[in-house]
Amino acid sequence: MAVMHEAAHEEHKLGFLQRYVFSQDHKIIGIQYMMTSLFMAAVGGVLAMLIRMELGWPGARWGLAKWLFPGGFTGDGTLKPDFYLAVVTMHGSIMIFFVLTTALSGGFGNFLIPLTIGARDMAFPFMNMLSYWLYPPAIVVLLASFFVAGGAPNAGWTAYPPLSALYNPATGTGLAAPGSGLGQSLWLVSLAILIVSFLFGSLNYITTVLQLRTRGMSMGRMPLVTWAQFTTAILMLLSFPVLFAAVVMLLFDRHLGTSFFVPSGLVVGGQLVTHQGGNPLLWQHLFWFLGHPEVYVLILPPMGIVSEILAVHGRKPIFGYKAMVASICAIAFLSFLVWGHHMFTSGMNPLVGTAFMVTTLAIAIPSAVKTFNWVATLWRARIHFTPAMLFAIGFVSLFVTGGLTGIFLGSPAVDVYFQDTFFVVAHFHFVMASAALFGLFGGLYHWFPKMFGRMMDERLGKLHFWLTFVGIYATFFPMHFLGMAGEPRRYYSPQMYDFLRGLSGLNMFVSLAAFGLGLAQLIFAYNFIRSLFRGPKAEGNPWHANTLEWQADSPPPHGNWGATLPTVHRWPYDYSVPGATEDYIPQTVPVTAAVVAGGALHHPVQGGAPDEPPTTDLNSA
Amino acid sequence: MAHGAVDQQQVLASDWSGGKSPFAVGWPKLMMWLFLVSDTLTFAGLLAGYGVIRISLGRWPVRAEIFNLYLVGAMTFILICSSATMAVAVSAAKRGDHRRVIPYLLLTVLGGLLFLCGQAYEWTHFIREGARLFGNPWGIPQFSATFFITTGFHGGHVSVGVLYLLVTTLRWSRRSIQPESVEIAGLYWHFVDLVWVFIFTLLYLI
Repeated sequence: MAVMHEAAHEEHKLGFLQRYVFSQDHKIIGIQYMMTSLFMAAVGGVLAMLIRMELGWPGARWGLAKWLFPGGFTGDGTLKPDFYLAVVTMHGSIMIFFVLTTALSGGFGNFLIPLTIGARDMAFPFMNMLSYWLYPPAIVVLLASFFVAGGAPNAGWTAYPPLSALYNPATGTGLAAPGSGLGQSLWLVSLAILIVSFLFGSLNYITTVLQLRTRGMSMGRMPLVTWAQFTTAILMLLSFPVLFAAVVMLLFDRHLGTSFFVPSGLVVGGQLVTHQGGNPLLWQHLFWFLGHPEVYVLILPPMGIVSEILAVHGRKPIFGYKAMVASICAIAFLSFLVWGHHMFTSGMNPLVGTAFMVTTLAIAIPSAVKTFNWVATLWRARIHFTPAMLFAIGFVSLFVTGGLTGIFLGSPAVDVYFQDTFFVVAHFHFVMASAALFGLFGGLYHWFPKMFGRMMDERLGKLHFWLTFVGIYATFFPMHFLGMAGEPRRYYSPQMYDFLRGLSGLNMFVSLAAFGLGLAQLIFAYNFIRSLFRGPKAEGNPWHANTLEWQADSPPPHGNWGATLPTVHRWPYDYSVPGATEDYIPQTVPVTAAVVAGGALHHPVQGGAPDEPPTTDLNSA
Repeated sequence: MAHGAVDQQQVLASDWSGGKSPFAVGWPKLMMWLFLVSDTLTFAGLLAGYGVIRISLGRWPVRAEIFNLYLVGAMTFILICSSATMAVAVSAAKRGDHRRVIPYLLLTVLGGLLFLCGQAYEWTHFIREGARLFGNPWGIPQFSATFFITTGFHGGHVSVGVLYLLVTTLRWSRRSIQPESVEIAGLYWHFVDLVWVFIFTLLYLI
């Protein structure tokens, strides 16, 4: 800790570059992650609009879009098929890896972990800085794929071979799709860089949580948001290296002539491919061994964020803290055993499929425990409908909607019909994408005062919530029906098939809703940027929250805590304790200074066990 | 839930109470352990890929006719010996026996270099016989591809380890590091050796 004390006094000596650009301060790094991710969210959002343009009005001419994306449209303004596939691929890759993972884990993880456990910084600040500074290069490499021969990859965010593995070195474009050329290689390299960044990040998160908790901050007193970040970091540490191995093998297949993933006797465009003997299913196994934990990397941090917001803005202890922690751990553990449910139609022994079904449906149990606990937390709570609270409640709604369709898809018999239809698109956009996005928005509205020392506008925030909430349901709910009717995902023009032609009206409605949803985000952008500069100054603890980060200044200074580290005396959810003068008791308040939550006995709804009344002040000892 | 004064006493008495490391180690050592867990999964990914491909093909060349198992056996022996010298260096560093640390670290480096020489010789021999990433005279291209990628990835780890040990030696000789830093370097080195045992078994023997 001596090093960190020195760091605390160095603040005035650092120049602009060291303080804001190559900063080793976890708060600055978190904000850098957040800002970059929000920029990437805008990019990914524009790509989503392009997808909906094509699916709503297939083959229509778009004069303005042609001018914005000269390579992607033909001379008369229609979207090119291969550009459409590139857009679908990049929308998925960007949103999953470059927005939600980086914002929720990199942004909130960096900002919140040291603050919520009472540390001055991460365990290894220099590596933390490296972790961030690998992220922009990965973005540059990824986006560069739009500008090389053949354009961005066409193979989807899952990059299944052989489509992603085969290309023609002479022209630099793919054999079966143009985007499987250099663009696919850049995509793989970009992902490899990002994996190293995540490795550095997660090493720091885990070590920091284990080693740098302040006095009294036992694991059982950590806020749920920190538990979620800690578990997420473990998931990332264990799952991304496997993807790294797969990425290396795929790059070897593409550039060095190996055939790990390309089967024998493959004929593409009338030509026999020279690769032989590989196994395309191997990629699917390796990819989904990462890919499934990855969706929990996206959803666990929002679960933690939501638990925090519901307690703080509902002025009630979180219901079933221990069950919440246990279900976070259970979800994390089970997430490694379910990857096969993405491969029910890939050619799998039905017995194995059934085993994967059992593990998949088992995840419903801890997920339901969490959901019921959130609802129970809201029960008889004094709810303050702040934008953060609205987004947290919206998260629960989206999670339930998406979770229920997950039970459909977890069953192999049903999945065989729904595989690769819009039903799946609807499912994961609810349960993972939108829900995680709601966690992100809720977290931003909640912690914005701490991050920037200013308040966001509440009225604009509420408007943003309602438009987004309605927009999400209007966009994604009809997709269930599209999928049931058999519309496949990723197709350039599904309406070329007779049986899907009747769906054009619904597709247009979905597209219009999506445009509305996209426009509603401009309200957030305006509110966010305006509040950065013009928002009213925030006090240290505007929400009257108990966790440690709110006991520091807003924004916290370098080193976070001044001369002495805080000492923790209680769990983080002592809200509305009967007999206490305030409706919140920060974790730093000794038990002798405020009534203990023993009174919860008279309010069984609030949970909590009675304690013996304190007799002496243990803390003076 | 822990609210009361009695609980505070219990919490502070626990190893996990915060304000100290629950494992009584410094963060660099813990971080190295975590990194090794992560790296294990990278190797596991590569070896699982090897296993899946080999099983799905159903046939595989007879390794005893292709590999020089005496050479590989000697390489394995050298690597395991270097683990032993590393252990001596670590325990000497902990005892404060400064003069013994550097020679044993250098012996470990020598072991690593000898291993790499053996690997370079083996690769050259293999390539001269016609083994390539995309094919080989024994008819199953994946055989040489998995061989190169797995032993190459491990060889990369050994090379990094040799550099790491050289830097550690240099810093120890300047007295600018604590014994724990030597121990952390040792953790990495033992890990690289352990991985080799798996690769040796799976690629050469089974």
